[in-house]
Amino acid sequence: MLGQLIVSSLVVGSIYALLALAMSITYKASEVPNFAQGEMAMISTFMAFVMLSSYGLPFYAAMLITVVFAFVLGLLLEFLFLRRAKMPTPLNLIVITIGFQLMLYGFAGWKWGSDQRQINLPFSESKVIFQNDIFALTELNLATLIIAVVVLVVIYLLIQRTKLGLAMKACQQNINASRMNGISANRIMAITFGISSVVGAMAGILVAPILTLDPSMMWDPLLKGFAAAVLGGMKSLHGVVIGGLLLGLVENLFGFYISIEFKSVVAFAIIVLILYFKPSGLFDKHYVRKV
Amino acid sequence: MAETILQVSNIETYYDKVRALHGVSFEIKEGSITAILGNNGAGKTTTLNTVMGLLDDQPDKGTIHFSGERIDGKDTEKIVAKGIGYVPEGREVFDELTVKENLLVGAYLRKDRKGIQEDLDKMFSFFPVLKDRLQQQAGTLSGGEQQMLAISRALMNRPKLLLMDEPSLGLSPALVKMIFDIIPMIRDEGITVLLVEQNANMALKVADFGYIMENGRFVTSGTAKSLQEDEDVKEFYLGIKTEVSVKGQQRYKRKRRWG
Ligand SMILES: Nc1ncnc2c1ncn2[C@@H]1O[C@H](COP(=O)(O)OP(=O)(O)OP(=O)(O)O)[C@@H](O)[C@H]1O
Ligand SMILES: [Mg+2]
Repeated sequence: MLGQLIVSSLVVGSIYALLALAMSITYKASEVPNFAQGEMAMISTFMAFVMLSSYGLPFYAAMLITVVFAFVLGLLLEFLFLRRAKMPTPLNLIVITIGFQLMLYGFAGWKWGSDQRQINLPFSESKVIFQNDIFALTELNLATLIIAVVVLVVIYLLIQRTKLGLAMKACQQNINASRMNGISANRIMAITFGISSVVGAMAGILVAPILTLDPSMMWDPLLKGFAAAVLGGMKSLHGVVIGGLLLGLVENLFGFYISIEFKSVVAFAIIVLILYFKPSGLFDKHYVRKV
Repeated sequence: MAETILQVSNIETYYDKVRALHGVSFEIKEGSITAILGNNGAGKTTTLNTVMGLLDDQPDKGTIHFSGERIDGKDTEKIVAKGIGYVPEGREVFDELTVKENLLVGAYLRKDRKGIQEDLDKMFSFFPVLKDRLQQQAGTLSGGEQQMLAISRALMNRPKLLLMDEPSLGLSPALVKMIFDIIPMIRDEGITVLLVEQNANMALKVADFGYIMENGRFVTSGTAKSLQEDEDVKEFYLGIKTEVSVKGQQRYKRKRRWG
């Protein structure tokens, strides 16, 4: 039983990890959490749904279009709204992301609000493709793990190994110094939001078969993703991913051994505890600036 | 006479409603080392930041030409791309990037891998210590090493003009000497240098021309040699007292003459 519990924790944890990563990428760049992250993922998931169900596109084509859509959505948030703020305080930026969130939520409610929907991914939720004494793995479980790992690895390589990644890191640390070296900070910021939105969209698509597709589908997962990011220190790439997996595990173990009713409280409790005892997160390397 | 590479005409820069530069004009000759001297708060950094386009919507008035082309009002990254490099006050290295990554950010606009590698090697010949620290996080470097890194980072883009804001600040005498030894070498690479300094002694030794700034204005200028011999400059910037007098009054009068 424990084995099965761990496997399902990893599956759901990998989705939390994606959301935590999405939050952390933009948090590092803008110093504010993007409250529209969940709704951007939700709209993108609806986009995938429309492509799959209404237009009957094959899965890969639908994913490709969704990735492009999510990326553009991220660009738009930065370009149309965040960039317009003149010398914004963090609070200004937070209010803008909340505004964008409400806009997307309102739009989705108007367009898709009334019905319950199910997204049709080409992975079965019941077909077991691997089984031994300790655990069983469904097709959907495996696909979730693979897609999440691929996205995490791609993002990691992008940030650590490419020139774009170097520019993103530079802008996260010091916008003015980046510009002094010829980096177009606005462009990099927009691309950062685009990438974050794509990562969030992937999480949305993977979470959709577990939940039903509706405008508020991302509320709960996003809170978990946020808790995972806080757990991992918000700014550490490895940290937030480990935070996601850890949260999945703690939550599932708590749900099984202690109380299923209060399972959802775990994430919130973790946010509070971490902020109280170790605000820099569990994995933050303590960095002391030399003067 | 050499060409003018940077021409600043009558710029006025505001912080909110407060004017920090009151009509600053100066020009820099290609291939020269020019020093801007002045006390704390005179407006030296503001002048450089204005040239770099780092202050939103500034300069409010006046024009800046680089190699004959107007650059005021342009984005910083465009100005950098045209060939101005900047070693900012306080170094501003990327603390959490390695030394190598910092240098590569400096080469961000370049695509010639081979040339970049050559220039990295050139930086290591200027500052051998950087080579030993390549994989170290820049935030953990000593102040002097950070300054070397900031200079190298700016040079990695092969600028035509290099602006340096108080590169000697907070360094030990040996390091100050080292930095001031490097500056003529940079010029010999064909890079024009604009040097902002409080260390007037050292600056005027390496510079060809100098400007003196007070309260947001340029109050005097000339060849480095003539400034070194100027009585007022001697007294107020080089720390050489030429006459004994009621100090406060003397100072006031002389400052007025410049203002
Ligand atoms: N960001 C800012 N906001 C408001 N006023 C500023 C700002 N930066 C500088 N000033 C003011 O503008 C004036 C010029 O400052 P600046 O930093 O250019 O001086 P500086 O000559 O570089 O001095 P230092 O030698 O101490 O570096 C000062 O009166 C300073 O208080
Ligand atoms: Mg200054």
